[in-house]
Amino acid sequence: MTAYLSIRNLTVTLTGGTPILRNVSLDVVAGQVHGLVGESGAGKSMIGKAVLGTLPRALTISTGEIWLDGVNILTLKPSQRRQRIGAIAALIPQDPLTALNPSKRIGPQITRRLVDILGWSKQVATARALELLAEVQIPDPVRVMRTYPHELSGGMRQRILIASAFAAEPKLIIADEPTTALDVTVQKQILRLISDMQTRHSTALLFVTHDLGVVSKVCDTLSVLYAGKVVEDARMHRFFMRPIHPYSAALLAATPTYTDPTGSLTPVSPKVIKAVEQEIQEHDMRARQ
Amino acid sequence: MQDERGALKRPLGLRLWLSGSWLTLLFFAALFAPLIAPKDPLMQDLFLGRMPPFWESGAEPGFWLGTDSLGRDVLSRIVYGARLTLIVAFVAGVLTCIIGATLGLIAGYYRGWADRIISRFVDIWMAFPPILFAILLIAVLGPGLFSIIIAIIIIDWTRFARVIRAEAMSQGAMDYVASAQVAGRTKLDTMLSEILPNVLPTIIALLTLEMGIGVIVEAILSFVNLSISTDSPTWGGMISEGRTSIHQAWWVLVFPLITLFLTVLSFSQLGEGLKDRFDPVLR
Repeated sequence: MTAYLSIRNLTVTLTGGTPILRNVSLDVVAGQVHGLVGESGAGKSMIGKAVLGTLPRALTISTGEIWLDGVNILTLKPSQRRQRIGAIAALIPQDPLTALNPSKRIGPQITRRLVDILGWSKQVATARALELLAEVQIPDPVRVMRTYPHELSGGMRQRILIASAFAAEPKLIIADEPTTALDVTVQKQILRLISDMQTRHSTALLFVTHDLGVVSKVCDTLSVLYAGKVVEDARMHRFFMRPIHPYSAALLAATPTYTDPTGSLTPVSPKVIKAVEQEIQEHDMRARQ
Repeated sequence: MQDERGALKRPLGLRLWLSGSWLTLLFFAALFAPLIAPKDPLMQDLFLGRMPPFWESGAEPGFWLGTDSLGRDVLSRIVYGARLTLIVAFVAGVLTCIIGATLGLIAGYYRGWADRIISRFVDIWMAFPPILFAILLIAVLGPGLFSIIIAIIIIDWTRFARVIRAEAMSQGAMDYVASAQVAGRTKLDTMLSEILPNVLPTIIALLTLEMGIGVIVEAILSFVNLSISTDSPTWGGMISEGRTSIHQAWWVLVFPLITLFLTVLSFSQLGEGLKDRFDPVLR
């Protein structure tokens, strides 16, 4: 199994030199889901942004390689890189409320990609968009195509964004905490939907989340990130059976369980944090030499 | 489906009605001034000087709003004055809008060095007192319609640049812009097709506001005799002339003043009303 997306030794720094991502390496295999977990601020989303070329301007990629479908996209010219990413990758964003243009109807927002990327005619693209909306279980797609984003609920909008992400049949989708902004009852439906769509279209999916419960449901492999460093890379089953890194174990222990609703939550112990920080400091020292 | 949406549409609103009607009236008055104006606005008759408006005793028939100290018809002068006022308002307003909004969009969306250059220019520009700046400009360029328009553009483009820059910045941080970029669209395309439609309501509100400001600036420049040549009637010029005879003939000052006031108010109200209608969320 060759990786469709392969990140090698990626280091991203803030202007001034503070590292945000430290030597990150990870692989996403075609047709599989790779989870990316960590606390907020660990740099999960930044990995996705580095791949898609949407890093905030204060951040720069200082070293590393991003192999996408056999090409190191960091060696491409910006315009080529943009075209290549546009043709094979897509994003399911975190916040469905700001991810659709408020001044445009839903229809054109979906069909635009198809017309631009695949060179389809408007009619064909519209027919395909209707199909996709039906696929993500949106009732009355014809009507929804004509509405503006503010007329729809958050859950509906996230469905539309999922449809839109899969529209041009990308080989890689990066889902950046796609369920965080939704309430719990909708989360589960959306999660199943993404999972189903991924299986049906056999897309490589990089799933960014802070929720280990979500990871256990959808992912095949995962990376645990702490302060921009991958502390553990594992296959799903092995990870949940016996995590190797003490931080992973602590993170896993901190997940609330339904079996004991009265039990108190276990925070990640300061000792573990100290050990990881130590590890990261040593890493930075080595990097400087 | 369309009908359902149509039925939900709000009525035009009193604000939009009143301001729109006044500006339409003014527009037609300016367009057909020779047909509407009861007298020649330049015709002097010293025997008919300072005639009061029609409802006062001693009014001269045909001179509805009275005459000024040189015996010229106030109503006709207001009607003819509307021509210059509206030309200045539209031309200066639109040009200021195009220049300022373009620079604001570029600064707010592209950021980086483009933003740094444009923002520094705005900062420097705003340190000049605007009206003095305009007067100085006219003094250098010489009075005339062209000079007034240039002066308004030069002193007021920063208003658009600042506001549109801030709007473009906040829109640029939205996920839909990131999505457009991931889809392989160029920055220019993203700016024009994603950002611009969302700042358009603000641009429209600012544009009408700017037209009102254009009217004021033109009046101020006429007031200090720096507008176009003194033989074409202007509202500012009339106010300036009326000022000297306010105790003998209040109407020479008051009628152009009311017209000016209503026009500026209408422009700003029109802008607010239109902004609401253009906003897809409020629509």
